[in-house]
Amino acid sequence: MMPLGFTRLDFYYLLPELIVTAGAVALLGGDVLLARGRHRLLTWVGLAFLGAAAVALAFISGREGTVAQGMYSVDGFAVFFKLLFLVAAALTILMSHRYLDVEGARPGEYYFLVLCATLGMMVMAAGVDLVTLFIGLETMAVSFYILVGYIKPSRRSNEASIKYFLLGTFSLGLLLYGMSLLYGLTGSTELRTIATTLAGGRGGPLLALAVMLLVAGMGFKIAAVPFHAWAPDVYEGAPTPITAFISVGSKAASFAMLLRIFFEGLPAFRMDGLGTIFGQPLGWTYFFYVLSIVSMTLGNLAALTQNNLKRMLAYSSIAHAGYLLIGIVAATPRGVMAALVYLMVYTFMQLGAFAIVVLMRRQDVIGDELKDLSGLSVRQPAAAVAMLIFMLSLGGIPPTAGFMGKFSLFAAAIESGYVGLAIIGVLNSAISLYYYVRVVVYMWVRREEAAAPPVVMSRALALVLIVAVAGTLVLGVYPRALFDLAQASASTLGRADQALGLLR
Amino acid sequence: MRLIWLLPLIPAAGAAVNGLAGVRWFGRAAAGAVACLAMLSAFAVALTASIALIRLPPEARAYDVTLGPWLPPIPLATAHGIGSFAAEWAFRLDPLATVMILVVTGIGLLIHVYATAYMMDEPRGGYARFFCYLNLFCAFMLLLVLASNFLVMFIGWEGVGLCSYLLIGYWYEKGSAATAGRKAFITNRIGDWGFLLGVFGVFHVFGTLDFHAVAQAVSSLPIEQSHFGELSIICLLLFIGATGKSAQIPLFVWLPDAMEGPTPVSALIHAATMVTAGVYMVGRNAVLFQHAPLVLAIIAIVGTLTALMAATIGLVQNDIKRVLAYSTVSQLGYMFLAAGVGAFAASTFHLLTHAFFKALLFLGSGAVIHAMAGEQDMQRMGGLRRFLPVTFVTMMIGALAIAGIPPLAGFFSKDEILLQAFSKNRALWALGSVTALMTAFYMFRLVALTFYGVYRGPSWPRHVPPAVGGPATLSIATAHGVRHPVDPDAHGLAHVPQHDLSHGPAHPVPIGPAAHAHEWHGPHEAPSAMTWPLMALAVGAIVCGFISIPPALGGTNALERFLEPSFGGTPAAATVEHARQPRADAEPATADQASNGREWALMLLAVTLAGAGVAAAWRLYVTRPEIPVRLAARWPGLHSLLWHKYFVDEFYGATLVRSTFASARGLWTFDARVVDGAVNGSGWMTRTVSWFSGIFDRVVVDGLVNFVGWSADEGSLVVRRGQTGLLQNYLLLIVLGVCVFLTVYLFAR
Repeated sequence: MMPLGFTRLDFYYLLPELIVTAGAVALLGGDVLLARGRHRLLTWVGLAFLGAAAVALAFISGREGTVAQGMYSVDGFAVFFKLLFLVAAALTILMSHRYLDVEGARPGEYYFLVLCATLGMMVMAAGVDLVTLFIGLETMAVSFYILVGYIKPSRRSNEASIKYFLLGTFSLGLLLYGMSLLYGLTGSTELRTIATTLAGGRGGPLLALAVMLLVAGMGFKIAAVPFHAWAPDVYEGAPTPITAFISVGSKAASFAMLLRIFFEGLPAFRMDGLGTIFGQPLGWTYFFYVLSIVSMTLGNLAALTQNNLKRMLAYSSIAHAGYLLIGIVAATPRGVMAALVYLMVYTFMQLGAFAIVVLMRRQDVIGDELKDLSGLSVRQPAAAVAMLIFMLSLGGIPPTAGFMGKFSLFAAAIESGYVGLAIIGVLNSAISLYYYVRVVVYMWVRREEAAAPPVVMSRALALVLIVAVAGTLVLGVYPRALFDLAQASASTLGRADQALGLLR
Repeated sequence: MRLIWLLPLIPAAGAAVNGLAGVRWFGRAAAGAVACLAMLSAFAVALTASIALIRLPPEARAYDVTLGPWLPPIPLATAHGIGSFAAEWAFRLDPLATVMILVVTGIGLLIHVYATAYMMDEPRGGYARFFCYLNLFCAFMLLLVLASNFLVMFIGWEGVGLCSYLLIGYWYEKGSAATAGRKAFITNRIGDWGFLLGVFGVFHVFGTLDFHAVAQAVSSLPIEQSHFGELSIICLLLFIGATGKSAQIPLFVWLPDAMEGPTPVSALIHAATMVTAGVYMVGRNAVLFQHAPLVLAIIAIVGTLTALMAATIGLVQNDIKRVLAYSTVSQLGYMFLAAGVGAFAASTFHLLTHAFFKALLFLGSGAVIHAMAGEQDMQRMGGLRRFLPVTFVTMMIGALAIAGIPPLAGFFSKDEILLQAFSKNRALWALGSVTALMTAFYMFRLVALTFYGVYRGPSWPRHVPPAVGGPATLSIATAHGVRHPVDPDAHGLAHVPQHDLSHGPAHPVPIGPAAHAHEWHGPHEAPSAMTWPLMALAVGAIVCGFISIPPALGGTNALERFLEPSFGGTPAAATVEHARQPRADAEPATADQASNGREWALMLLAVTLAGAGVAAAWRLYVTRPEIPVRLAARWPGLHSLLWHKYFVDEFYGATLVRSTFASARGLWTFDARVVDGAVNGSGWMTRTVSWFSGIFDRVVVDGLVNFVGWSADEGSLVVRRGQTGLLQNYLLLIVLGVCVFLTVYLFAR
């Protein structure tokens, strides 16, 4: 039995989370204390705290172990995801800088909620206990419920918020039910203990039910078909930077949690142990296999006919959840690595694409329709080129990062023997090119609005685009560093068993 | 030397600056300065690195720089177990690469300077675009020569092909230039196909793509003396790639057409650098090729035949640049002949000297064309030496050098090749010697037609007439696409060429003031930015032969000894290349004497042949200009055969191109009927499914959203009801998902 309470070292290892928390509090304070005209300062306050958290992250990287009585892990896997969240949050804040002015919304609480969501994501990536994970998930989800509805005068925003909240709560119920079944089967909420307890015997139908509920709950969070229905509505209604943050941060965090639960908590049931299906042994990869195919195919098909850019990106994001699940299905270290690589790559290209949508938002134009992009190559050539790069990357065309990500995912699938899945993935990539290239066509070929006033880009948004383009191109031309980092991070998954924070 | 990886990057940066910013914002001076500065700094780096390399002891003269891995290694099955397919950004500076980077940056710099003046007539954006391409070309060429594995080389290989295409078709609004660019590209693709297959073969056999590793692996394999094994297949495929890039039989047809590009491009790409990439590649894999003697024999034969064939075609052509193009093909044939008899160093030596004198000749021809306002037909020139003294003298030096008159550069390198051929195979040597005779003949035919005799070109007005004419005249001129470079600074303002001389009437047609306010004033010397590179190259064409004087003339073959480590220095190489090198300890003096005597005799013969060629050209085209006409009338068949370049283009057109078109048409029919049918079918299905999904989205999802929106206006009760319906739908979907899982789990065991 471990001694109760925290130690000082615990706080050291939790420093990034604590800094983000402090940042959130500071932002809330600033919102109240600062004069109205000074509120723009809050952007830089938020960024400063995120930067500080990244520095703190650098200090604890390379360590392995658990803190807070084995409920919270410190390992490369968590560091990788926390880095991703911090980058995504920083870019989101930069994107919001001018957007909030245009929408006439107050930045203080908004940034506070962004940081809260970031905190929740960090907990989701690092938790090794069902309760910790659940708390992280709730922290993130509640923040997002509010953020989605943050534009109070906008009916679309309000509607999206309430939908997201109700559906999210329901899916959380499913997830919680699954977790409670796991607890009932093993008597523990610690993933490691669950794994060791279940390792010997067969799970039986109750375990299968628990897995199904967990898959459904997580499937909702990563927006996999058929648990995806919220995504298009929420993506369309939410403030665009928040849409970007949900599609990148929330998805990555949910994947982190999914990997934790299934690879650390249920590693013995990958291929076998849950019963039989059509005479074959049933493992949890089977569920993801189905979800992956259905998500890729339906997501891409639905995206084909969208005329709203945010809705299209929503369906594209559903399809990308399908691609990412390929790495989970492969269920090898290489598969996990590929998923990590793809998530990082996806962060840059997806955020970049949404940054373009943010760019198109002006005082009187919502700017999320495809035709709003007409003639962008004339009105703002740099943005058009950036969007071209993001679209090519999302479609998986070399030399962009998207190609490297897809390449590693499909390679992992083939290596694990899922050749069919890889073929479906490649076919889907081909289909998806249609609607990605369609965006390019609008920007270059359709010139109806070429006479429209040029699009003005704020400096903060330009920075976002530069970072996103750089990420998309550099990781495409020189992906080795990312591959190495992802490999190192993936290999730490499920290895941290020593308590770091306890004095011995 | 640590910085050799900068070499490709510097011109690439120049290209980026000109391509991104220059096209829009730079003036001509700025664009030219950026490009030349990039080349100048690249040359400085190349020179520093070369000096550093030469200072090392001979056995240590190789320097590797690995910038880092590109792709993570992927295990792939090969012929002998599992190889790791790794792509690394790796560069290697060794003696062979040293020679090449000096040629590329040095001669490239001169040609860049020349082009700043030559292209002056281009619009501002086009000017920057030209220098962007030119710099980009140099970047890829340097990447090609510095690569230490096949993959990086292939990037450069494809890159120079791309730049060649872009630059040949630089005047893309001119139909023939666009076609020529396409022809070059497609012909090169055929070669690239061979090269790529060869690279696959290399990986399959050796499990690595690193040149050094391949050379080490291959040296432990037996030489495929009599059978055509895997090494021979690889070498043959690689050689197919070389025939495409270096314009050898059967893929030489693109190079003469490539003369549609601006003349500096012809000089840089289609004479000095890119076309030698094939020779370089063969030399780079010397050890590999030495293990496939059958392929070496093929290379020697192909090289010799190409040299002979191109030289005969060159005898009768009238376009000044086409003569030079066929001459280039012919000289490349020499280089392959040398490589084929195992004399890789001699091949590289000729590559070096050829780069000097052929770049010189091309730039000189550019100055002539410049002087004649776009005229390229030598029959409309003549007597130009009075007008173009500098061009005349420098081109004369170039012609003497290529003809092989001692002590100019061409003499040493060609003599070396012929000597090596003589020791290997008398027939090849004989054909090579005949080619040398023809080379001297057609070069001096060119000089005679251009610079001697009477002036046969159009006349020009002695005073400036009032500018009449207008857009109509101009449009004729641009339709012909003959643009003429001019440097306003050098000519003064009262001097601009006229565009349609070669196609229009013989008397000058004034061109509207909108385009050019001035008038052609007869042949004139080029501006100094063009003559200085000519003079620099002329000096090079005179002296660069001295770096490798054969022992028979008291030299030490310095270049060949310098290059030796690059070609593996295997026994096979040593015996072929250095049989007659003075080896103080081993070789008996008598053998040395005998070989020296033989060498003297061969040299004498070569010089005699060159002299004979010069004399014959002189007699036929200067003293008795009526003879060629009579000869052509006497053997119309032969003349027509040569005039039509052996009908190779027609043959390719009738067989390959037509059959390609025919099969394309057939495939198109198949495509239209069967594939499109299937695609349309699946497209229809996709559309239908998408339509259903769209309908679902519109009717169920959007419909409800819209319904909510609409009903929000109507009343609160309806709103709540509508929203509840919507969420139930979504929730139902989620529950359905779980239920499907559950059902399958329970019932589909």
